[in-house]
Amino acid sequence: MYVLAIFLPLIGAVITGFFGHWLKNTGAQVVTCGCMLISAVFGCIILAEVALGGTPRTVELFSWIDSGSFEVGWTLRFDTLTAVMVFVVSVVSAMVHVYSVGYMSHDPHIPRFMAYLSLFTFFMLMLVSADNLLQMFFGWEGVGLCSYLLIGFWYEKPEANAAAIKAFIVNRVGDFGFALGIMGVFLLFDSISFDTIFAAAAGKADTNIQFLGYEAHAMTTLCILLFIGAMGKSAQLGLHTWLPDAMEGPTPVSALIHAATMVTAGVFMVARLSPLFEYAPDALTMVTIVGASTAFFAATIGLCQNDIKRVIAYSTCSQLGYMFFACGVSAYSAGIFHLMTHAFFKALLFLGAGSVIHAMSSEQDMRKMGGIWRMIPVTYTLMWIGSLALAGIPFFAGFYSKDIVLEAAYGAHTGVGQYAFWLGIVAAILTAFYSWRLIIMTFHGESRADERTLAHVHESPKVMIIPLVVLAAGAVFSGYLGYEWFVGDNLKEFWGQSIFVLPGTNPIEAAHHVPTWVKVLPIIVAVLGIAAAYYFYVKNKNIPRILTQYFHLTYKFLLNKWYFDEVYEFLFVRPAHRLGRNLWKDGDGGVIDGLGPDGVAGVARYLAQRVSGLQSGYLYHYAFAMLIGVVAIVTWYLFVRAG
Amino acid sequence: MPGVCPRMPHIGETRRMILQAISFYAFAAITIAAGVMVISARNPVHSVLFLILAFFNAAGLFVLLGAEFIAMILVIVYVGAVAVLFLFVVMMLDINFVELRQGFLQYLPIGALIGLVLLVELVFILGSWVIAADPASRIALPTPAITDTTNTHAIGQVLYTDYIYLFQVAGLVLLVAMIGAIVLTLRSREGVKRQRISTQVSRTREESIEIRDIKTGSGV
Amino acid sequence: MIEIGLSHYLTVAAILFTLGVFGIFLNRKNVIIILMSIELILLSVNINLVAFSVHLNDLVGQIFALLVLAIAAAEAAIGLAVIVVYFRNRGSIAVEDINLMKG
Repeated sequence: MYVLAIFLPLIGAVITGFFGHWLKNTGAQVVTCGCMLISAVFGCIILAEVALGGTPRTVELFSWIDSGSFEVGWTLRFDTLTAVMVFVVSVVSAMVHVYSVGYMSHDPHIPRFMAYLSLFTFFMLMLVSADNLLQMFFGWEGVGLCSYLLIGFWYEKPEANAAAIKAFIVNRVGDFGFALGIMGVFLLFDSISFDTIFAAAAGKADTNIQFLGYEAHAMTTLCILLFIGAMGKSAQLGLHTWLPDAMEGPTPVSALIHAATMVTAGVFMVARLSPLFEYAPDALTMVTIVGASTAFFAATIGLCQNDIKRVIAYSTCSQLGYMFFACGVSAYSAGIFHLMTHAFFKALLFLGAGSVIHAMSSEQDMRKMGGIWRMIPVTYTLMWIGSLALAGIPFFAGFYSKDIVLEAAYGAHTGVGQYAFWLGIVAAILTAFYSWRLIIMTFHGESRADERTLAHVHESPKVMIIPLVVLAAGAVFSGYLGYEWFVGDNLKEFWGQSIFVLPGTNPIEAAHHVPTWVKVLPIIVAVLGIAAAYYFYVKNKNIPRILTQYFHLTYKFLLNKWYFDEVYEFLFVRPAHRLGRNLWKDGDGGVIDGLGPDGVAGVARYLAQRVSGLQSGYLYHYAFAMLIGVVAIVTWYLFVRAG
Repeated sequence: MPGVCPRMPHIGETRRMILQAISFYAFAAITIAAGVMVISARNPVHSVLFLILAFFNAAGLFVLLGAEFIAMILVIVYVGAVAVLFLFVVMMLDINFVELRQGFLQYLPIGALIGLVLLVELVFILGSWVIAADPASRIALPTPAITDTTNTHAIGQVLYTDYIYLFQVAGLVLLVAMIGAIVLTLRSREGVKRQRISTQVSRTREESIEIRDIKTGSGV
Repeated sequence: MIEIGLSHYLTVAAILFTLGVFGIFLNRKNVIIILMSIELILLSVNINLVAFSVHLNDLVGQIFALLVLAIAAAEAAIGLAVIVVYFRNRGSIAVEDINLMKG
């Protein structure tokens, strides 16, 4: 069962991928959804057995690499952390699979899409169930590949191709750090198996290594390198630029990969490697700062975006920041808790947005929506639930997880903890604000869509609504149900050995003992944000316009996403293009080809042309040449030999 | 050249020499003049005729040298065969010779230069060459005294003995040239009736006779 | 001047040779005259051979002259045959048209 839960998606992907033509659309959907649903059921059972039952286990499949002291096996590791991730991934993925049946029904390449989705799920499950860093890296790269394939699924769209390439290349930067980190781990521990390195971590806490010619603290260096990998995958500040563009892919892809699962792989990785990070306080500080900054930064951009999916994308980016700074203050369980609740409500939001887009005949610009809530009441309700959960309104999932995250940040009682707390609070206001801005612009007010689109607005089919309802249930209840286990009183039994916190410290305990105003503040600011959005977009519609005029520069700054793309374009993309172009034109074409094949051929042709010029074909030319030769020989003979 | 003309003993030595000089200059002058005309005549027919003249005079020079056989052969082969062949070809082919003379002077400067250089060098050599000491020891085949045998006789004796192979090879070369010329120029014309004996002889009854049943009274 | 020696004959041969070479340059368009020029060159060679033969009292020179004569005859025959065939095919014997060997 444990193995099947991981490999069923692969089986589904292989069958649909290779025999999709033969299976036809329906067959492909049945096979992949069937595999995924079974896998999701297994995922639930695994969660119950491993996490709730407290029986972690590992399943050895076979040996992969055995070279000297470098031994890597295919081993599935099931502890609570993995079980939670397997549960989240398989359930959300199953819902997205079912949803895709409806959403992609008009697409001509359904088997390919379903195969990619399933393949992605397999890689993701492989990532979370890995027992060593290399296996994790395998899953890591696999999800990157599937992300690329799925973002570029509509390959006839040039923006989709560009976004896919961008996602791939930006992830390369992070993966470079990750790969370096893995090599460093092997250098330091002579092993990349989790058990070995976790056991040895405490003993290596004070070791130094040579890095870039400097003597550096080994753990800090390694953890920062690994965190760079996490930043790339989880779209943190600096390496986030690919995530909004990735919205060019189909909406189910955005929901599955770019909200619920793949982007959270970074958070998972930090939590998984908590035994290493715990011994690298400087790296944790960096994690906190990056996470908090991202939470704030992405939320500000979310305020001004007009594409419904992009708003949610920046919201995702922001929420990932929350998870990271939770990990940064050692509250890994809070981070994973938020990861789980976020997976539900963000997938719900994305799929709901997909439902809206479906209803609006593929219109994604919120400025061309509005006034449709009566036409699609179910989607409307579900979007409300998702937004309430996201904003952290009491008793929805986001409330529990976001509160504990913020409380943990405050409870850390450190400078960076305060930094994270206050930025988190500001981001919470902004989150509530842009969520209701989205709802109001999309569903309320006068409709700004054209008549033809409006006439077509319709509620989505059941096959799309049912997954949404399931996810909505998760968004409502997962926080309440999970609270006790994840961050509550049953914390110790629940997590077991899977998450490590330095002995003597208990950030979750500290989080529970923060002042009351800290606990209440997130709710207040969430309500404030909602009220502000209501006031701005319903009561007094002039305010946004006045504000944009008054804060013209700020607005442009936010609308252009802090000019990250432009700066990167200038700093990296253009020089890289120029360098590549120069190497291509001058290096390869000019030097290598020029001196090599082309040069030799050119010289040969040139000489041949000159020589063939002598070959005029006129007999008398040859006769002349001969006679001139005779004269020359006679002259030579006369003056040199005889004279 | 002493002993060159021993068949006129009744003529005095000085007169013989004068006669010889006059003959030489006459022959040489006419040869060169004819050579000039060969290359510069407007009409190729004239060129050929001048070529014949040049050969005749060259033959005269050979006679002066005492090589009568070569002289006669020159007349027979060149004048009788080669030059006449040229004449035939020139007259047979309908060539527009005016066109061929276009650009006649185009290469005159370089031709003149080359010719001049060559001539100067040859004259240079003429003025400076020496015969190796004791030439008699290097003679491969001494010419017998004219009193013993005639020039023709002597050549014949040598040609058919010591140089028989070269002679044969020369014959073969001529044979090949003949065959080659025939092969090149022969062509079978269409529409000319000619007898093919092999075809006639190899005819069989089957391909020659056809038997048909003809109904009485219907004709063929 | 009166005494006719070897050098007189050699001079005649040299002039004739130069004339032949010059003729090739001068009549570059007319193959027949080029052939005749070659005959002139061969004649000058023959004069040389015979003159030396007589001067050195060696009969081989004359034999050689005979062979040159034979080869010259063969060459003239073949050359003229080629010209005839060429004329038949192309309707011209202008050397400028004979450029199929052009590379």
